[in-house]
Amino acid sequence: MSIADHSNLRAQFPVLKREGLAYLDSAASCQKPQSVIDTMTAFYQHDYATVHRGVYRLSQDSTTQYDGVRTKIKTLINAAHDREIIFTKGATEAINLVAACYGNTFFDEGDELIVSEIEHHANFVPWQQLALEKNLILKIIPVLDDGSLDMNAYQSLLSENTALVAIQHVSNVLGTIHPIKEMIQEAHTVGAKVLVDACQSVSHIAIDVQDLDCDFLCFSSHKFYGPTGVGVLYGKDQLLEQMPPYQLGGDMIESVTLEKTTYAKHPMRFEAGTPPIAEVIGLGAACDFVSAIGLDQIAKIEENLLKEATEKLLAIPGVRLIGTAKDKTAVISFLVDDIHPHDIGTVCDTQGVAIRAGHHCSQTTMTRYGVSATARASFACYNNSQDIDALIKAIKHLQEIFG
Amino acid sequence: MTARDLYQDMILAHNKNPRNFKQLEDATHVAHGVNPLCGDDFYIFLKISSDGLIEDIGFDGSGCAISKSSASMLTTALIGKTISEASTVKDGFIEMVTQDDCDQQAKDLLGKLKIFEGVKEYPIRVKCATLIWRAFESAVSADSNTVIDVSTE
Repeated sequence: MSIADHSNLRAQFPVLKREGLAYLDSAASCQKPQSVIDTMTAFYQHDYATVHRGVYRLSQDSTTQYDGVRTKIKTLINAAHDREIIFTKGATEAINLVAACYGNTFFDEGDELIVSEIEHHANFVPWQQLALEKNLILKIIPVLDDGSLDMNAYQSLLSENTALVAIQHVSNVLGTIHPIKEMIQEAHTVGAKVLVDACQSVSHIAIDVQDLDCDFLCFSSHKFYGPTGVGVLYGKDQLLEQMPPYQLGGDMIESVTLEKTTYAKHPMRFEAGTPPIAEVIGLGAACDFVSAIGLDQIAKIEENLLKEATEKLLAIPGVRLIGTAKDKTAVISFLVDDIHPHDIGTVCDTQGVAIRAGHHCSQTTMTRYGVSATARASFACYNNSQDIDALIKAIKHLQEIFG
Repeated sequence: MTARDLYQDMILAHNKNPRNFKQLEDATHVAHGVNPLCGDDFYIFLKISSDGLIEDIGFDGSGCAISKSSASMLTTALIGKTISEASTVKDGFIEMVTQDDCDQQAKDLLGKLKIFEGVKEYPIRVKCATLIWRAFESAVSADSNTVIDVSTE
């Protein structure tokens, strides 16, 4: 992409016009393009009504737009059917839904769950808790020093008792891209199901759920240039078919009498209550935004940013990177001398550089690398070399102060 | 506000060479303070005489420059004070970093601790500065020889 084209792309994000801001926290949440903001505003101004209930025109239009986004998501991840796409309030809810409706229904005492040592808490705590409640065995895939999974260990953990492998596609702390296709194939040879947490990959890597053959996959809208408050759960048709509802109430029923209630088919069975309608519409606009640029183009921009940022960071004496796997997205966890990451974050903030400092909702990753916290710079398609230079300048200023 | 307004030389010096950074074998009061969101984690050890005089203070653990220097300066400010005098300093410190209208008289009582006033401009860091003071507060309010856990969340 030419510099001029990239400037136009960046100009689509109004918040980035804020004076002196270098936004390097997209792994936590992406900024929103004008098209997403405008689509949601226009929807509220012209088309808003509840969905699936109204006999009137406005509600029908609203419903058409809402369900249209389901088709867009189906296309984005190449699902086989619209009904395999469930809107949740976020990826966290999507994982909890699978734990509650699939895990709680189909896993029995002694069944084994496999997660990695570096999962986000959202893909760790629900499984740890389910294991406690149902006497399941939670097994952990260890991680090598560079941030990649120990695949030999993974293979040895798989057994005929494995019920589920719940694995991130990309580490939110280290940026490592895991070989999930291979992992899914191996899990399937022992009859295990696989849930993929695609929160950190969906806005960077093209996903094809049929090619991956994953059983469940989830991601959040707000890490995909869309609004907060909505996420996506993909589940294979035949699995969703067997699962009981998650929450009970309106919009998920087939018929209700004083004696008995029967439930709607999926996806409606898993979308009780009035959904986040405008947010789903906004997610649709985010889908259009990503499709218009193309994930291959986005990946190229971010690869260049990763390369440039890594080189410039490593050129500063005292900077140490945590997570140096060969296959990475543009997420860089780092430490500077013996300075606490929160002090790194605050000094960067005084220079207008927004980075994350802390455990990044993965305390097990911190434990693995023997640190209490890291500083993390993460990039999206709108970042540029000036953002990297601002980060480098801020770190040098930090070292002057703490020198 | 610049980074230097927050990270003043005295704060950096106490971070680098914290005073009384030790466990007290003969502590009468101990508390454990944790900032769950950022991982600051310190123990405070107090040796308090039967008539309420703070004879010695030590602290141990890990955290950022703000939390560590605040802990270090707490020890130098409060050793030799009575619990009552120390509690007045503690209240003044917490007021200074959390309230906009902290009066000058209260600030004057704080002496060198006034350099933490800039922390107020960084709401997310206020808990770093106050952690050890909250731990102190819990330690002295509890019976001796019990370890009190304090969390900022």
